Amino acid sequence: MTALLSLRGVRKTYPAPAAARSRVREQARVVLDDIDLDVDRHRCVVLIGASGSGKSTLLRVVNLLDEIDDGQILLDGQDVADPRLDANAVRARMGMVFQAYNLFPHMRVLDNVTLALRLVHRRPREEADAAAVEMLRRVGLAHKATAYPDQLSGGEQQRAAIARALVHGPELLLLDEVTSALDPELVGEVLDLLAELRGEGRTMLVATHEMGFARRVADEVCYLHDGQVHERGTPEQVLGDPQRERTRAFLSRLAS
Amino acid sequence: MSDTAEARPWSPSPLALERAAFRRAQRRRSGLVALVSTALVVTAVVLVVVGAPGWERARTAFFDPENAWAALPAILEGLWLNLRVWVIAGTVGTLLGLGLAILRTSRIPALFPVRALAIGYIDLFRGVPVLLVLYLVGFALPALRLEWLPTSSAFLGALAIVLTYTAYLAEVFRAGIESVHPSQVAAARSLGLSRAQSMRTVVLPQAVRNVTAPLANNLISLQKDSGLISVLGAVDAIRAAQIATTGTYNFTPYVVAGLLFFLVSFPLTRAVDAYQRRRGWGRSLATVTGGGDIR
Ligand SMILES: Nc1ncnc2c1ncn2[C@@H]1O[C@H](COP(=O)(O)OP(=O)(O)OP(=O)(O)O)[C@@H](O)[C@H]1O
Ligand SMILES: [Mg+2]
Repeated sequence: MTALLSLRGVRKTYPAPAAARSRVREQARVVLDDIDLDVDRHRCVVLIGASGSGKSTLLRVVNLLDEIDDGQILLDGQDVADPRLDANAVRARMGMVFQAYNLFPHMRVLDNVTLALRLVHRRPREEADAAAVEMLRRVGLAHKATAYPDQLSGGEQQRAAIARALVHGPELLLLDEVTSALDPELVGEVLDLLAELRGEGRTMLVATHEMGFARRVADEVCYLHDGQVHERGTPEQVLGDPQRERTRAFLSRLAS
Repeated sequence: MSDTAEARPWSPSPLALERAAFRRAQRRRSGLVALVSTALVVTAVVLVVVGAPGWERARTAFFDPENAWAALPAILEGLWLNLRVWVIAGTVGTLLGLGLAILRTSRIPALFPVRALAIGYIDLFRGVPVLLVLYLVGFALPALRLEWLPTSSAFLGALAIVLTYTAYLAEVFRAGIESVHPSQVAAARSLGLSRAQSMRTVVLPQAVRNVTAPLANNLISLQKDSGLISVLGAVDAIRAAQIATTGTYNFTPYVVAGLLFFLVSFPLTRAVDAYQRRRGWGRSLATVTGGGDIR
C-alpha cells in the first residue's frame, strides 16, 4: 500500500535577506534539505525540532502554499509538486491549521468555517451552516458562532481555526502548533478530537513543541534539525531513548 | 467542550459604587470644561472678526442676505449639475478604479498588454493637474470632430474628471489590496479557494474596509472638483455664482455656493462613519480581545 503522503528529496531554500550595503553576497538559506518522509493512512506523524528548524515550512510546501526547489510531494502516489496539476483541487483535499490561526477578521466565526464548503465544495448555505455548527460544537465553540475572530480569546481562535480546517472532511490534516494556546484540559479535549478523527480515517502531519502532545498522539516522531530529518521513530524511541547526540541535547533542554 | 456557565448574581460593592460616582463626577466636570472652553474660543473669534476695521464692508460684500436670496435659484440649478456629475463620475470612477486595481494583481498572461496600459494610464493621470486634463479633454476632443462623441461641456467635463479620479481611486484600492496580509491569502488558498475567489471573498472586503477613509476623501474631493467643469462653460453652481456677481462687486453668491457644497459633502463624511459603525468595522477598542477601555 502506498502512503497517503510521501516526500522524496524535498528541498526548499529562501533567498538571503537583501542586506542593504553589504558587499558579501550571502548564500540562500536552505530550510528543507533533501527531506524524505512517509505518512501512511490513518496515521499521525509529529514533527519536532527547534524554532526555525523548518516545521511550518514543511507543512506549507505540502499544502502547496510555496514552491519547492527540488524533489517530489506524492499525494496518493501522484506528484502534486508538478506545476501542471490543479493545485486548488489538491489543497481542497487537505485541511491546514496555521500557527498564527489566520482567521478571516471580516467574517463571523460561522462564515469562516463555512467558506470552503460554500465556495469550493458547492454545498448549499443551510447544509454548510449545519455542518459548521456541528463542527464548532465538537471544538466547544458553538456559542461563539456569530462572534468575530477579534472577539475571541487566543484558545478560542485556535479552536475556530481547527473547525475551519476540519469541516470539509479533508483526507490529510496539517496541524501547526494546534494546542499552543490551550489550557491542559482543552489540550486533552483536542487530543481526543484528533484521536476521533483518526478513527474516522483521517491522516495527520503535526508540528509541535509539546512533547506530551507528541507522546500521546504520534505514531511516528521526526526530529528536524538543519533542514534534515535527523532522527525518526516511535515516540518511545525518539523521545524516550534518542540515538543521536543532537536529539538528546534538544530534548534535555526542553526537559530542564 | 467548555460552554459559559450561568453567571452568579452580583450587586456592586461600596468600592465599585464609590468609583462609579467618581467617574460620573469626572465626566460631568469634563463636559463643563469643554463647554466653557468652547464658549471662550467662539467669543474670541467673534470679537476679532466683528472688531476688524473692515468688518462692515466685508459683511455687506460677502454676507448680504438679500443678494444671497436673489442668487439662490440659479446657484441651486447649477448645483444640480454638480450633483449629477458627482454621482455619475464618482460611480464610474470607483468601479473603473476598483477594476484597474484588481487587474494589476491578476496574473493572466493574455491581460499583460492591458495591465501595462493600466499602469501607464494611472501614472500619467496621477501626475497631471485636473485643470489641464479638463482643458485638453474639453477643447482637444471636440476638435477631432468625432460624430458619436457628445460635445456638451458637462459631458466633457465629467469625462475629464472620471479620467483623473479613476487613476486616484485605482491607487487607493491598490493600497487597500496591499494592506491585506499575505497570510490571509494563504489561509484562503489553503482551503482550496481559487485566486479569484480569495480575492473576492477575503482580500477585497478587507481592502475596502481598510481604505474607506481615503476612499471617502477622494469622493468628497471629486464632489468639489466637479465645480471645475465651469472652466469649460458648463453652468454649475460656481459658474452660476460667478454670473450673479458680475458687475455687482458683491461676492455673497460665492459664499452661498461654498455653503451648499459643504452641505452636500458633510453628510457624506458622517454617513461613511455611520456605515462603518453599523458594519462593526469601527468597533471601539473595548469590544475586541486585546483591546480595552484604556484609562
Ligand atoms: N518567506 C520566507 N522568507 C524567508 N525566510 C523564511 C520564510 N519563511 C520561513 N523562513 C525561514 O525558514 C526557517 C524555518 O521557518 P519555519 O517557520 O518553518 O520554522 P519552524 O520550525 O516552524 O519554527 P517555529 O517552531 O518557531 O514555528 C526560519 O529560519 C525562517 O526565518
Ligand atoms: Mg512554525
